[in-house]
Amino acid sequence: MSALIEPALAERVLSRALANGGEFAEVFAERNAGLTMAIDESRIESVQSGASAGAGVRVLSGGTTYFAHVDGLDPDDVGRAADEAAAALHAAQAEPRPLRAVASTPHAIEQRPSEVPAERKAELLRDLDERGRAAGSEIAQFTASYAEVRREVTVANSDGLFAGDDRTRVRIGAQAVARRGDSVETGSETLGGHRGFELFGDDPGRIAAGAARKALILLDAGPAPAGSMPVVVGGGFGGVLFHEMTGHGLEADHVQKDASVYAGKLGTQVAPSLLSAYDDGRMPGEWGSDSIDDEGTPTQQTMVIEEGRLVSFLYDRLTARRDGVGSTGNGRRESFRHLPVPRMTNTYIAPGEAEPEAMIAEVSHGFYAASFAGGQVDPATGDFVFGVSEGYLIEDGRVTRPCRGATLVGNCLEALAAIDAVGNDFEMKTGVCGKAGQKVPVGTGQGHVRIQAMTVGGTEV
Amino acid sequence: MIELARRAVEGTLASGAGDAEAYASEDAGREVRVHGGEVESLTAATKRGIGIRAWIGCRVGYAYGTDLSAAGIAELASRAAEAARIADEDEFAGPPELPVRLFRDMTGKGAPEGEEALELSDPSLAATPTAEIAELTLEIERAALGADARIAGVEQAVYADSAERVAIVSSTGIEGEYERTDCYGYVQALAEGDGGRETGLGFDLARNPAALDPTAIGREAATRATAMIGAGKPASRGCPVVLDPTVAASFVGLIGRGLGADAVQRGRSPFAGLLGTAVAAKALVIHDDGLDPTGSASSPFDGEGVPRRRNALIEGGKLRTYLYDAYTARRDGAASTGSAGRAGYRSQPAVSASNLIVAPGASGFEELLREAGEGVLVTDVAGLHSGVNPVTGAFSVGASGRAIRAGEAAEPLREFTIAGDLVSMLRAVRAAGSRPRWVPFGGSVSTPPLLIGEMTVAGS
Repeated sequence: MSALIEPALAERVLSRALANGGEFAEVFAERNAGLTMAIDESRIESVQSGASAGAGVRVLSGGTTYFAHVDGLDPDDVGRAADEAAAALHAAQAEPRPLRAVASTPHAIEQRPSEVPAERKAELLRDLDERGRAAGSEIAQFTASYAEVRREVTVANSDGLFAGDDRTRVRIGAQAVARRGDSVETGSETLGGHRGFELFGDDPGRIAAGAARKALILLDAGPAPAGSMPVVVGGGFGGVLFHEMTGHGLEADHVQKDASVYAGKLGTQVAPSLLSAYDDGRMPGEWGSDSIDDEGTPTQQTMVIEEGRLVSFLYDRLTARRDGVGSTGNGRRESFRHLPVPRMTNTYIAPGEAEPEAMIAEVSHGFYAASFAGGQVDPATGDFVFGVSEGYLIEDGRVTRPCRGATLVGNCLEALAAIDAVGNDFEMKTGVCGKAGQKVPVGTGQGHVRIQAMTVGGTEV
Repeated sequence: MIELARRAVEGTLASGAGDAEAYASEDAGREVRVHGGEVESLTAATKRGIGIRAWIGCRVGYAYGTDLSAAGIAELASRAAEAARIADEDEFAGPPELPVRLFRDMTGKGAPEGEEALELSDPSLAATPTAEIAELTLEIERAALGADARIAGVEQAVYADSAERVAIVSSTGIEGEYERTDCYGYVQALAEGDGGRETGLGFDLARNPAALDPTAIGREAATRATAMIGAGKPASRGCPVVLDPTVAASFVGLIGRGLGADAVQRGRSPFAGLLGTAVAAKALVIHDDGLDPTGSASSPFDGEGVPRRRNALIEGGKLRTYLYDAYTARRDGAASTGSAGRAGYRSQPAVSASNLIVAPGASGFEELLREAGEGVLVTDVAGLHSGVNPVTGAFSVGASGRAIRAGEAAEPLREFTIAGDLVSMLRAVRAAGSRPRWVPFGGSVSTPPLLIGEMTVAGS
């Protein structure tokens, strides 16, 4: 792996960034190249090839971050960013420490997507299309997408850190539309990872079949119930529940602004003792993994909830310094155009002991949320909302008819405390998380989880 | 910029493309984030790049990049042509057809005779010193903190601006360039009381920072946050619902998306097959207007160089037109409505609304509440990206607001959902309020509050 900017240039840039003072300076350089394409109406379209490069320079002084970013990686471009970041400061030159390289090993990529002929990627999409359309005569529409991106980063700072990473991600998605008379329903699935094209070696067509299956099931769906009832959440993308409900509230920037319901709760019991949870940016090949975060800190596994007790927040450098702790390797940024902020990587609830079937058998009247379309939370109040993409009624201990258009709403602390069973199954799924106008790839995971009471928002009152 | 775009078009034709289009943009922007009376971060951003569409026969491909050197552009041109070769043939693919009105003037002010010039750029934005916009942001925070004793803090106060220059050139003779400035400020306030905490958002947008009202932004956030103190859940039922402008805008944005001809032609819109039919109550009139001088999505021409215009979408209760770009227009045998949207040089053009404008009605806000009688006022919705089925228009989203009792706003409500489907909702609109407002959620939307005759509310 070669650095995008050489140490000698990085040192000059850091020195320029500190020309008017400041306690800390950092230069983050990035080069990325990607290819996306889609199949729609059984035609390959929207073929897009993108490449960009640029740098962001930040200087910390007092409580303020001065940040500038430029497109381009010429020494002139990077130097201009340093001058702009320093422009609003008026103190004397501060001296950066000499750089020393931090060794990091990028995640192994077996088959570089850029070396795979484009026609094979088109073939992959054609296979998905065929699989999805073959799932049933009621599949009226099918679309699939392919995306690959390689993101090389180099980061250097005035504390002497010099580190880099080389990240390759691939992802495919499938969306099916099923139609029967006037009923129209959709289903979708994705598969992605911090991996090369080898990720698609093992039956990628299953996501097409899965998307079609969801859409077909919903054709038989009735209205979702409305009201408060026990809810069993499915494994895999069900983990978005924990991501929204707890993960965001553990990001230290929210906590330090007292804009998190978890502020002041470190060391206290926030969930029943059957629940333990982690954020882990090291998981091999996972969508939310990197070898270092975007500040050069090696990623790590962080236990956030230990048997119901809140044991750690998620930190970047800045928030860690404020709390007098070390960064947990969660300083992430969408690109060189963004400032790093504490972000989740792969967040999951550790497997418990309950059998998923038994968790459902114990519910007389409730709701089974097998999969979500997404969710949103206000970390300050803890209020959250989830859209259910695949949901069923639970009647007399059995999963019965599918429901369309259900939403789960609630409050984090109440819902977390109301978890009364965690399944012994486990699955990870991929997502794209938005915060402060920045989108980053995240993994979510869990087995089945049951919440004693939650508001289901449907149309059947 | 335009010279660069011309060179990119030439390079793409030299790479074997039959037709080519280049979109170049350059953007200088600033952002200030404030917390606790201090500037938390100050960002200076410059962005520049170019995106190329290449057509080879009936195949189209796209490439973008930031390397604007001669070698960089040559490489980009060949990547665009290569992308086109991967795509399958599509008989409707091709650049917009002439004649289109040309904008050779640097700022897009060269309007044809009889039409008003479109002024979207305010030079005072870039001339405003950074210290002044920092002070403006601090003032927004102070206004929120000082508005009410129950305001416990502010999550963040933010100001951001951008001065953008866009040029587009195509091998079919389109050449245009314009400049636009935009800025906005917002603050998220935290209120405490009754053992709980609440958040509220205040915001404003304009072409220059002097036009932003920091006091109003701060007050709005404080009012919204304190209004929610002590909120409970409503009983689950069907009832009249009043949507405040921020919430109405989110729904109007969804409607705009459903009216895009691409979604309609591919059978993925709840409005497919409804052209010319009654889809809404007469009280609801919606236009798409890319030439409104105050709209943040305005421009003299769209993302592929076709002049923007004002399109009546829903009027007299009927669906008047879908939104078309060149591709979807050719496919329907229609004319482009100037609706090729573009999120920047990194995105290829796709059908999208420009500014969506809901015509104001006669009723004041209090009258709307009176007319609702017993119901719910919704002041915030969450989970729109996951709670709406764009194909069917069915939705179920998280909401908060106030109860409406005897025609007046009563106790605050939270943690409930509103559910229904878009077309039924359009038909159930009983009245539009008299005071519209620009809202940047769900696109660029100007809308008054709306009274919906009945929606399903799910709470306790």
